[in-house]
Amino acid sequence: MAGELAIDVHGLTKRFGSKVAVNGIDIQVPQGQVWGFLGPNGSGKTTTIRMLCGLLRADEGNGTCLGYDFRTESERIKRQVGYMTQKFSFWEDLSIRENLQFVARLYGIRRARKVVDETIEQIGLSKRQSQLAGELSGGWKQRLALAACMLHDPKLLLLDEPTAGVDPKARRDFWDEIHRLSGQGLTVLVSTHYMDEAERCDRIVYINLGDIITSGTVAEVIEQSGLHTFVIEGDGARNMAGKLKGKPGVEFVAFFGAALHVSGRDRNALEAALRPHIDDASLSVHESRPSLEDVFIQLQEKGRGDYA
Amino acid sequence: MTRHFSFRRIWAVLVKEFIQMRRDRLTLGLILGVPLMQLLLFGFAINNDPKHLPAAVTIADPGPFADSIVAALRNSDYFDIVEATNDPQAARRLLAEDKVSFVVEIPVNFSRDLVRGAQPQLLVEADATDPASSSNAVGAIAQIAGEALRDDLTGPLAVRAQSAAPFTTVIHRLYNPEIITQYNIVPGLLGIILTMTMVLMTSMALTRERERGTYENLLAMPVTPVEIMIGKISPNIVVGLIQAAIVLVAARFIFGVPMIGSLGLLFAITGLFIAANLAVGYTFSTIAQNQLQAMQMMVFFLLPAILLSGFAFPFRGMPVWAQWIGEALPVTHFLRVVRGILLKGNGPAEIWVDVWPLFVFLFAVGTVALLRFRRTLD
Ligand SMILES: Nc1ncnc2c1ncn2[C@@H]1O[C@H](COP(=O)(O)OP(=O)(O)OP(=O)(O)O)[C@@H](O)[C@H]1O
Ligand SMILES: [Mg+2]
Repeated sequence: MAGELAIDVHGLTKRFGSKVAVNGIDIQVPQGQVWGFLGPNGSGKTTTIRMLCGLLRADEGNGTCLGYDFRTESERIKRQVGYMTQKFSFWEDLSIRENLQFVARLYGIRRARKVVDETIEQIGLSKRQSQLAGELSGGWKQRLALAACMLHDPKLLLLDEPTAGVDPKARRDFWDEIHRLSGQGLTVLVSTHYMDEAERCDRIVYINLGDIITSGTVAEVIEQSGLHTFVIEGDGARNMAGKLKGKPGVEFVAFFGAALHVSGRDRNALEAALRPHIDDASLSVHESRPSLEDVFIQLQEKGRGDYA
Repeated sequence: MTRHFSFRRIWAVLVKEFIQMRRDRLTLGLILGVPLMQLLLFGFAINNDPKHLPAAVTIADPGPFADSIVAALRNSDYFDIVEATNDPQAARRLLAEDKVSFVVEIPVNFSRDLVRGAQPQLLVEADATDPASSSNAVGAIAQIAGEALRDDLTGPLAVRAQSAAPFTTVIHRLYNPEIITQYNIVPGLLGIILTMTMVLMTSMALTRERERGTYENLLAMPVTPVEIMIGKISPNIVVGLIQAAIVLVAARFIFGVPMIGSLGLLFAITGLFIAANLAVGYTFSTIAQNQLQAMQMMVFFLLPAILLSGFAFPFRGMPVWAQWIGEALPVTHFLRVVRGILLKGNGPAEIWVDVWPLFVFLFAVGTVALLRFRRTLD
C-alpha cells in the first residue's frame, strides 16, 4: 500500500465567474500521510477540498482520489471519504445521537447502534446525547462534526479547519487521534490556520490566491524561504518594531510574545540594519532559525505585494 | 450495495425528516390547523342560510294577489323588500348597483291568468355572483309566494290552490351561469388546501437545507437525488392524507356533504394528487435560494390554482386561454374527480379523463425536479 497516492490531482482549477479561485494546482498525497493545507483567508482551500470530494465541479484538471477519477466517480469517492465542512453543517434540530444515527444509516454502517454508542462515549457526550446539536457550544459542535465524519471509517479525511474554536486540550486529543489513525493507513488533508498544527503535519502545502506558493516538510519550507531571522528580546524590544520597519534588508518584523522577530532574505543587509542597536543594554539580539510563522508572514506580505 | 437506489438510505432520510417535522411544532400546527380553519371559515360562510336579503318587487299587475305576495315576502325573514315599484328599469338598476340581490316581478295579467288557471309566471332575477346567498333564497321565493296565494285562492278559486302549481316561478340567474353550491365548494376546498400546504412544505425541503448549510453535508454523503427526494416527500404524503381525512370528515359531519362514490377510490386519487403537488414543491425547492423565494413561488402557483381551476369561478365561464391554463393545473382535474366521486358517485371509468392528466403532470414535473437537482454546490 505504501507509496500509493490517496490524492493525485493535476491542474485543478476553479473559476467563479471571471474570478479564479483555484489556479491549476497539483496535489499528490501518499497514503497514510497527514498533509496540512495552509493559506490566508480566501486563498482557495475550501474550494480545493470541495472539488476533491465532488461538491464543486472542477473547471479544469484531472486525477484521482483513492484511485477513482475525482470528476466522474465522486459517488464512489464519497463512500470512503470523510469530509468535515468549515462551517458546522449537521442538523441543529436533531439531537447528537440522531445526527450520528442518520450518518450511520446513510453509510450503511454495520452494528450502527454500537458504533454510535462508542462514538458518543469517545467524544464525551454520553450525558448530553439527547440534546439538540444546535444547543452545543461552538467547540463541542466541532467535536461532534469531527466524530460524525469519521463514523464510517473513511480511508481519506478532508478536514476544513476542524479545530477552529476547539480548546487546547481537545485539539491535542484530536491530533493524537489523527496520528494514531494515520499510522493505520488513514490519509488526511487538513486545512488550518494554526502553526502548531501545521508543524505536526508530514508535509504542508501553502496556497495564496489559488496558487501553490510553497510545499514540503516544515524544514523544507523554512529552508526554501531563504529567510534569516534575528530575535530581539529585552525591555526595549517593544520600541524597536517601529524603528526597524522599512530599513533596508528588513522585510518584516513580527512579535512572538514579547520577543521581536526581524527577518529578511539578505543576511548581510539585515545585520547592517541591526548593528546600531546591538550594544543597547536594554536589548539582547541573537540569530535564530526562522519559525514556520515567520515564513508564512513573509509569504503573505509578498503575496500582498504581488497582488497590489 | 445498489448504486442509485437503496431503501436503507431512503429510510435514513425519511426518519430524519419525520424527526425534524415533529420538532417543528409551529409548522405542524399550521398543517393540521389550516385545513380545519379554512374549512370552517369557508364552509360556514356558505352554509349559513343568509337572511334579510334586500329585494325589490316590480308590480306590473297591481291587485290583491300582488299585495299578498309582497306582504308575504315582507313577512318572511328571508327578504327585506326595499322597493316596490312599477318600473322594471329602476328595479334592474338596483340589482346592478348591488342595492338588492333579487327582483321579483309580477307580470302583466298575472291575476287574470291565475284566476283562469293559465299558470302565470312569477319572474325572479337573482344576482348569482354570490351563489351562496342566491341559491336558498330563490327556492324560498316560490314557496312563500305559493303559500300566500293559497290563502287568497278561496271559494270558487279553491280548485286553483289545489292544483299542483297555480303559477310557475321563472328564475333568471344573472352574472353567474354555473351555479356553485356549498356541496361544490367544500370538496373543492380539499384541492386548494392540499395544493397550498403540500407545495409549501416541500418547497422548503431542500431550501431549508441550503439555507442552514446542511446541504453541503448531505451532498458529501453517499445518497442519491432520488433517495433524497423520496425520503423527503414521503412524510408529506402522510401529512397530506391526514389533511384529506380531516377535510372529508368535516365535510361529511359538519356540512353534510353527500358522499356517494367510493372513498377508497377518492383516497387513491388524493394520494396521486398529493404526489403531483409535492413534485411541484420539490422543483421549487431545487430553484429557490432561500425560504422566502420558495414561499413566493408557492403563491405564484397557488393563485392560478384558486382562480383558474373552477374553484373560485365557474370553469365554463372563463375565457378560453384561462381554461387552457386551468387544464394544465392538477387541481382542476382533482376538483372534477372529487366532485364526481362525492356528488355524482362516479367510478374509475368516468373519472379516468381527469386522472391521466394527473399522472402525466406527476411524471413530467417529477422529471424536471430530478433534472434540476444539483449534485454539486455550483
Ligand atoms: N460560491 C462562490 N461563488 C463565488 N466566489 C466564491 C465562491 N466560493 C468561494 N469563492 C471565492 O473563492 C475564493 C476562495 O475561497 P475559499 O473559500 O476556497 O477560501 P479559503 O482558503 O477556504 O478561505 P478561509 O481561510 O477564509 O476559509 C475566495 O475569493 C472566495 O470569495
Ligand atoms: Mg475555507
